[in-house]
Amino acid sequence: MSDPTTLKTTPLTEAHRAAGARMVEFAGYDMPVQYEGGVLKEHLWTREHCGLFDVSHMGPAFLRLTAPSGDADADHAAIAALLEPLVCGDLKGLKRGQLRYTLLLNAQGGIVDDLMVGRPLADERQGLLQLVVNAGTKEGDFDRIRAAVGDRAELVRADDRGLIAVQGPEAEAVTAAIFPEVMDLSFMTLGRASFEGTEVEISRSGYTGEDGFEILAMPEVARRLWDRMLSDPRAKPIGLGARDSLRLEAGLPLYGHDLDETVSPIEAALDFAVSKRRLKAEDFPGAARAVGELAGRLTRRRVGLRVEGAPAREGAEITDAADAVIGKVTSGGFSPSLGAPIAMGYVPPALAESGAHLGVIVRGRQQAATVTAMPFVPHRYRRKP
Amino acid sequence: MRFTKEHEWVEGDGDVVEIGISAYAAGQLGDVVFVELPEVGKQVKAGDPLAVVESVKAASDVYAPVSGEVLAVNTDLPDHPETVNAMPEKDGWFVKLKLTDPDQLDTLMDRHAYEVFLATL
Repeated sequence: MSDPTTLKTTPLTEAHRAAGARMVEFAGYDMPVQYEGGVLKEHLWTREHCGLFDVSHMGPAFLRLTAPSGDADADHAAIAALLEPLVCGDLKGLKRGQLRYTLLLNAQGGIVDDLMVGRPLADERQGLLQLVVNAGTKEGDFDRIRAAVGDRAELVRADDRGLIAVQGPEAEAVTAAIFPEVMDLSFMTLGRASFEGTEVEISRSGYTGEDGFEILAMPEVARRLWDRMLSDPRAKPIGLGARDSLRLEAGLPLYGHDLDETVSPIEAALDFAVSKRRLKAEDFPGAARAVGELAGRLTRRRVGLRVEGAPAREGAEITDAADAVIGKVTSGGFSPSLGAPIAMGYVPPALAESGAHLGVIVRGRQQAATVTAMPFVPHRYRRKP
Repeated sequence: MRFTKEHEWVEGDGDVVEIGISAYAAGQLGDVVFVELPEVGKQVKAGDPLAVVESVKAASDVYAPVSGEVLAVNTDLPDHPETVNAMPEKDGWFVKLKLTDPDQLDTLMDRHAYEVFLATL
């Protein structure tokens, strides 16, 4: 049991304790690592039905123009122009109601954080961006953003609210039973809905590889919504343990493990998150490094590994055919869906091709590992038809 | 059956004993997905790492509660690690050990003492 007296709580902490969750410290918060079913069953439940995750420890925030002009498109262009210098994504090109995964970068082009940035749908909310950053990095991220935008925009934190992720093949049915309007959302879009007379923000996104939603609601609303969703027999609460194994199967990197300030977007195999327009203009931090890496000056690349034998966990060394150490596992474990160990790690680009035969060192012994295309388990997002 | 504070159990009277992990330990670990066992013939001292159990989330060492030579290992476990959760104090045994010093058993807790110990955790 974690010591609750020194830790931050979320609007749902009491609900987790009442449900018999095992609580641990995570990023300064008292969080459920698993409920009574345990990680394996929670993982498989999410792949088959619907999992509810308390992700209120993360960093939702709104970045708002201080003096909007009232011209919706001009105001979006203005707010996007304020945040774009910090990230490698195309924010100006966001359509109304669109959500994008992007990366905060340092001057060397290393990843400071990965985050979601959304453009609201409504006319009267243009000139505003909705952000969700990671829990462990949010203080630094918010400082960085505030320093960059100065008095031209205001950053309003929303991490006192509840943020609930609803994930799995039955997430749509469970969510639409309460919010019919989510049927209009496709993957990586967002909107608003009303719960018992209060507005909530809903995006169709997540961190499991499954279809699903993230719902941001005021604390008291979040508590009632959590209970209401759990009254649906298709939904169960899922802890951080299964959240980690689900995202690993989905090939999604975890900041602080698979990504850090030394790693570039191209090294991390997050090429899709680097805007073509911005690469051409070389107008983001470390753009020259990205251009060089894409032209072949790359020394390491994040890959997926299928491992034989014992799970290879974070820190395990990766070896080549000549038994030389060529890299390290950055996250790894047992895949409940595949019934076998999987891992992510960094290797030289020449060995990053699918099918490359490598090794991993577990407790002093070498085991076979094969480079495998990610995701390990296919994504089931509801993309726009 | 006798227990350690690290939640291993030892069963047997003569100089050959079975060793496993307690029902409490199995519950704390969660679903066991991988078990690594020592080689038959290995000599271990009390407190040495004897085996490894892994859940989805983490790997944990199982320590030798007493010194001795590994006579046999439970060859069903690598293919059926879930047995450790289903029957931790029976079919989920890990190794059979030939004791170096049967008097070491006296240093371990009986079930009552172990349950009193668990209540302090």
